[in-house]
Amino acid sequence: MSQSLRPYLQCVRSSVTAALCLSNFASQTSERHNVPEIEAQTSPEVLLTPLVIARNENEKVLIEPSVNSVRISIKIKQADEIENILVHKFTRFLTQRAEAFFILRRKPIKGYDISFLITNFHTEEMLKHKLVDFIIQFMEEVDKEISEMKLFLNARARFVAESFLTPEGMCAALPRITTMHDVMALGKRLENSGGYGYNGTFENHSVYKEIADSKPIGIRPPNRFLLKFPFVYMDSG
Amino acid sequence: MAPPEVHHLFHRPIADHSFSADRQTLAVAKDTTVELYGKAGNAFKLKDELKGHDKTVTSVDIAPESGRIVTCSQGIYLSLQTPSLALPFGASKIYSDIPTLDRNALVWEPSPTGYKPTLVLLRIARAATFVRWSPSETKFAVGSGDRVIAICYFEEENDWWVSKHLKKPIRSTITTVNWHPNSVLLAAGSTDAHARVFSSFIKGVDARPEPSVWGERLPFNTVCGEYLNNSAGWVHSVAFSPSGNALAFAAHDSSITVVYPSGPEQPPQAVVSISTQLLPFMSMIWNGEDEIIAAGYDCEAFRFQGGPSGWQLTGTLEAKGRPGLLSDAREDSALNMFKQMDLKGKVKDDTQLKTVHQNTITTLRVYEGRNGSVSKFSSKPHPRPSRIHYTG
Repeated sequence: MSQSLRPYLQCVRSSVTAALCLSNFASQTSERHNVPEIEAQTSPEVLLTPLVIARNENEKVLIEPSVNSVRISIKIKQADEIENILVHKFTRFLTQRAEAFFILRRKPIKGYDISFLITNFHTEEMLKHKLVDFIIQFMEEVDKEISEMKLFLNARARFVAESFLTPEGMCAALPRITTMHDVMALGKRLENSGGYGYNGTFENHSVYKEIADSKPIGIRPPNRFLLKFPFVYMDSG
Repeated sequence: MAPPEVHHLFHRPIADHSFSADRQTLAVAKDTTVELYGKAGNAFKLKDELKGHDKTVTSVDIAPESGRIVTCSQGIYLSLQTPSLALPFGASKIYSDIPTLDRNALVWEPSPTGYKPTLVLLRIARAATFVRWSPSETKFAVGSGDRVIAICYFEEENDWWVSKHLKKPIRSTITTVNWHPNSVLLAAGSTDAHARVFSSFIKGVDARPEPSVWGERLPFNTVCGEYLNNSAGWVHSVAFSPSGNALAFAAHDSSITVVYPSGPEQPPQAVVSISTQLLPFMSMIWNGEDEIIAAGYDCEAFRFQGGPSGWQLTGTLEAKGRPGLLSDAREDSALNMFKQMDLKGKVKDDTQLKTVHQNTITTLRVYEGRNGSVSKFSSKPHPRPSRIHYTG
């Protein structure tokens, strides 16, 4: 964890701990209802002042406490457009599975990427300090996750670019077996050289030998091979 | 101090609890029912279940002398206040009607065949939040989200429970009430951050109270005091001192305020506010005139000491590093470390708190005590429900 992240998370931790002092509170406005007051916003007296903790303009947390519920919204760091897309996809993946997360809100608050809604029923049924831990851990890991995804995406992009932009002319001198037509042509050549009768000495046959030797350059190497040793392809040409 | 006694009852939050006077019976509010536990040896065994409410039961109280239990719940709206229902009730008849009538209180009378419920029409349209018997046991007070406190008493000539409302100047949900030892004065705390003292004098039920610092003539709904603390947090708990001459209230700003009134229509002699760095307190009890025990979101009980000249937090009631804590019992071998990493993905298990309670303590009650001094009290947490008595 970086040195500037630690005090930020510590601040979020103590603020969330203080905000999570919830109690069972039935609605003051409608009979027999018991709703999260922070969502209903019907009685101002049971809402507390919202709090924003910001590390910088791209990374902040909004905590909105009330008597029986707390809404915690997180803005995840987004340095460029790729991260924008990644964060969007990632939070979408999570919010679509909101039931499994219990405290996740289906829709984030405007200006934030992901929101949690913790009610008194959650704090009663789960351990409060572990709920706080969950939020903090999420904040810790989400940055890591996004930057990992970005690295992976870059690696993929490089590979795709390479395989598309490799000049085909490099391997033109050698027989290429990529299509059915190549196989037929090769068969023709075998026939002409009189080696059609296969006698088990496969390796000694000149054309077969030619193919076996040419493998790394003549036949387009499989993708994975290219990714691992791109220089093989380039150098032998 | 003796170690706490922990009784594990079930894996659900407990909204409220109450012991009978002989401490053999324990009533616990669990979801929509009230469970009665009887003491069998050193443990509490489920004895009876009181079913009658159809919403979360918010509060339960056992009258020490008569053994009557009063319960209230986060009521249900039904406009069934027709005159035909406001008849004197036979318990058996009412029993079947009760689920449709919830937002009212039930009084459970002990009888040889079990507890018989009697319905009390509270005439409130919101949740009932808190109920307590008066020390005289002839009345009980029900706090509600309808901005009223219902004072209920038994009317002999009609043979039913009647409720009278304390309305003014309440503008918000009542979160807690507490009775003065004279059974006339009632303190109430609400989410509008006020702690108030009312008179609930009812002619024919109460004897004329002795004049006190709170006032001399006390007709029904006299406001004897109205207090606000500095940062105006919701009031979670109010408590009269054993003599009744001081009032303490705990608010959501983690403070406790103690008020010493000097007389009717006069500013109080002293208002002492103790703010702490802890999380808010949910419940408190007086131990004598100079000590308060309070507990709440920090999951442990704290002790405050002082008087009109000043109060301070003197520490926690729990001895840290008690034997039996998980962290003490666990060996620190390499094998164990790898086992933990394999099982939980981390070396240190920080799931368990160091306190006896693993979640918020919502009620403290005097378990054993005389003349206002407490020797044991019981406390109640949210989800890992267990009952704890501290011996002091």
